[in-house]
Amino acid sequence: MRQVGELVLARNQLMSHPGISADQTFYQTVQRLSLIVSELQEGVMKTRMQPVEQLWAKLPRLVRDLCNQSGKQVALELDGGDTELDRSLLEAMKDPFLHLVRNAVDHGIESPLERAEHGKPQAGTLSVKASHEGGQVIIEVSDDGAGIDPSKLAATAVKRGVVSQDELVRMSDREIIDLIFRPGFSTAEKVTNVSGRGVGMDVVKTNIEHIGGSIDVNSTPGVGTTFRLKIPLTLAIIPALLVGSSGHRFAIPQASLLEMVRLEGNEARNGIEHIGQTSIYRLRGRILPLVRLDELLKLDTAASSAEQSVNIVVLQTDEMSFGLVVDEVFDTQEIVVKPLGRHVKNLPLFAGATILGDGTVALILDVPGIANLARVAEGASVASTVAELEGGRVGQVSELGSPLLVLRVGNSRKVAMNLADVARLEEIASSQIEHAGGREVVQYRGELLSLVRLEDVLELSPTERSERMDILPVVVFSTELGLYGFVASEILDIVASKVELHHLGDSPGITGSMIVSGMAIDMLDVAAAIGFANNGHPSSSRLELGIPSMELEVANSGS
Amino acid sequence: MAHEDPVTQGTKKTTQLCTFRVGNILVGIEVNRVQEINRDQTMTSVPLAAPEIKGLINLRGQIVTAIDLRYRLGLPERSADETVMNAVVHSGSEIVSLLVDEAGDVVEVQEDDFEPVPPNVSPLIRRFASGTYKLENELLLMLDADEVIDGDFTEQASTNGYATRGLT
Repeated sequence: MRQVGELVLARNQLMSHPGISADQTFYQTVQRLSLIVSELQEGVMKTRMQPVEQLWAKLPRLVRDLCNQSGKQVALELDGGDTELDRSLLEAMKDPFLHLVRNAVDHGIESPLERAEHGKPQAGTLSVKASHEGGQVIIEVSDDGAGIDPSKLAATAVKRGVVSQDELVRMSDREIIDLIFRPGFSTAEKVTNVSGRGVGMDVVKTNIEHIGGSIDVNSTPGVGTTFRLKIPLTLAIIPALLVGSSGHRFAIPQASLLEMVRLEGNEARNGIEHIGQTSIYRLRGRILPLVRLDELLKLDTAASSAEQSVNIVVLQTDEMSFGLVVDEVFDTQEIVVKPLGRHVKNLPLFAGATILGDGTVALILDVPGIANLARVAEGASVASTVAELEGGRVGQVSELGSPLLVLRVGNSRKVAMNLADVARLEEIASSQIEHAGGREVVQYRGELLSLVRLEDVLELSPTERSERMDILPVVVFSTELGLYGFVASEILDIVASKVELHHLGDSPGITGSMIVSGMAIDMLDVAAAIGFANNGHPSSSRLELGIPSMELEVANSGS
Repeated sequence: MAHEDPVTQGTKKTTQLCTFRVGNILVGIEVNRVQEINRDQTMTSVPLAAPEIKGLINLRGQIVTAIDLRYRLGLPERSADETVMNAVVHSGSEIVSLLVDEAGDVVEVQEDDFEPVPPNVSPLIRRFASGTYKLENELLLMLDADEVIDGDFTEQASTNGYATRGLT
């Protein structure tokens, strides 16, 4: 396998040799050679592929043995055994996989007695599924057992000193469940023959990540737990896009590449907008958060400034897409992934390195790592904007979430809404505002845009409201009933976060509150805000307060 | 691997060391830890890595991390016209390149000539040196290769540093 990798490298080197175009016959020979190398590579890859069935051939026996030891009853369901995976990967994930299965039987599934008490069938079900998904193999191990109880887990975590009480308060249930991947953590209250011997989920995670995969856990107390493994199809050779930034070259795995956008001339100067400290670009009406590679990597930006055009590489991670701004886009190449030495391995931004045609080394960017890092930074920029919320140290969040638009309403209230719902962001001069149909409107692209002052929706008291502004930041929503513009006091930032709402009592205009990067932010009830506008209350009467929330809900269901 | 491989010759214990010049210092590494010495390799720098990590080199298809010994020892930075060499040394299952200015001879040193590092030498150098050998003309600093390669690095300018700065 290594030789095939080297062969591909040598081919790439030959193809990029300047002398190649001088001689026609030589060129043709090299072309043929290149073709043969590609075929050979494909052939070798194929022979190395083996069905994952091999991995779970032992499962029925293993599960039966475990059941006999523990007196549990487990029905094993296997699905997708013909999914193929590179042999070395199969070998590498064998131990972590078996560990997951053992865990599921030992911790997950309850004893027949307990199950009967909870009204479940006496025999638990353990299902193992394998499937292909976009150049990756997904393996799911799910049980219908007791699930992971976040509060119990949190208590153990604090007892073991894995996290402090302080940290815990700021964690969502999901983050708490992810604690099982921390070293030194085992929830087994008693050590059994099977598990709880200290070789924990952290080892599983490390092993899976070592082969370029990822692991995810989903658990509902009382219903069951699902572990989801994502494994790349093959390790060694991947197609990648080569990009340049400040004179450095990087490779981006094609698997996470969606498209490329090039802005020129006027568009390059005006096409990119800013919210807080985040740049965004409107890609066919959708808002695309931008990350500048040179800033992210703290490269020498002087070399790249004042360019005439902007190259955006649109990348996809699990749950969000974002644009990576680079200086140059070269070509795509089959690259041979080489591991990084231990000194640079722990950097979150690089998945490995490769050797380019000219013999130099290029780093391979880790797209999920970039998304994570960029998001942490965005969260931090909000934190620095908001001075009164001190002590909100921004921890690194490992789970991606959906991007949220954060607004300031009045002097200090912060509300968020799903960025995906937002059509546009505009700035409107207060002199443009007209009154029609008993509400404030502006003429907007030949249509009427109804303005909703969020200060009214949130029923802020006069002291909480901000001073009159000449330029109003407006978030435009497009609904079946027409266009609505939410007037905020300031557009703060875009952050990506899992929405875990806490209900702190009835508060008008919001669906709940949540913690984002250590800050308390309210989630705007968009429907209620739109309902507010349709209720016919003249929104210019700024002091009119107290629309009963019941009435709002009626309005929502109508709209 | 810190222990030297003593070659017993007669009654006196001697050790063979590869010598390198780093700034104004002569350093030595056990000869059997050094795989090879390379001149000028194209270096690919690693953004956000510790400043001691000078970059990655392509050593016949293997990617090797290069650690700048000058930085590690707190010596002034190399100017552009000064030569640099890669001393490729074994470290566990990996190989690592240590950047030096020049390669010297292989010298045979005797245990009798060994002395600990004087206490008034800079703490950085003392941290990475396991002792000195008194050669005929000058002092040779015995490098503790494991500490150089695996000892703590300067705080990495990665996630946290970036997070506090924010995106602009």
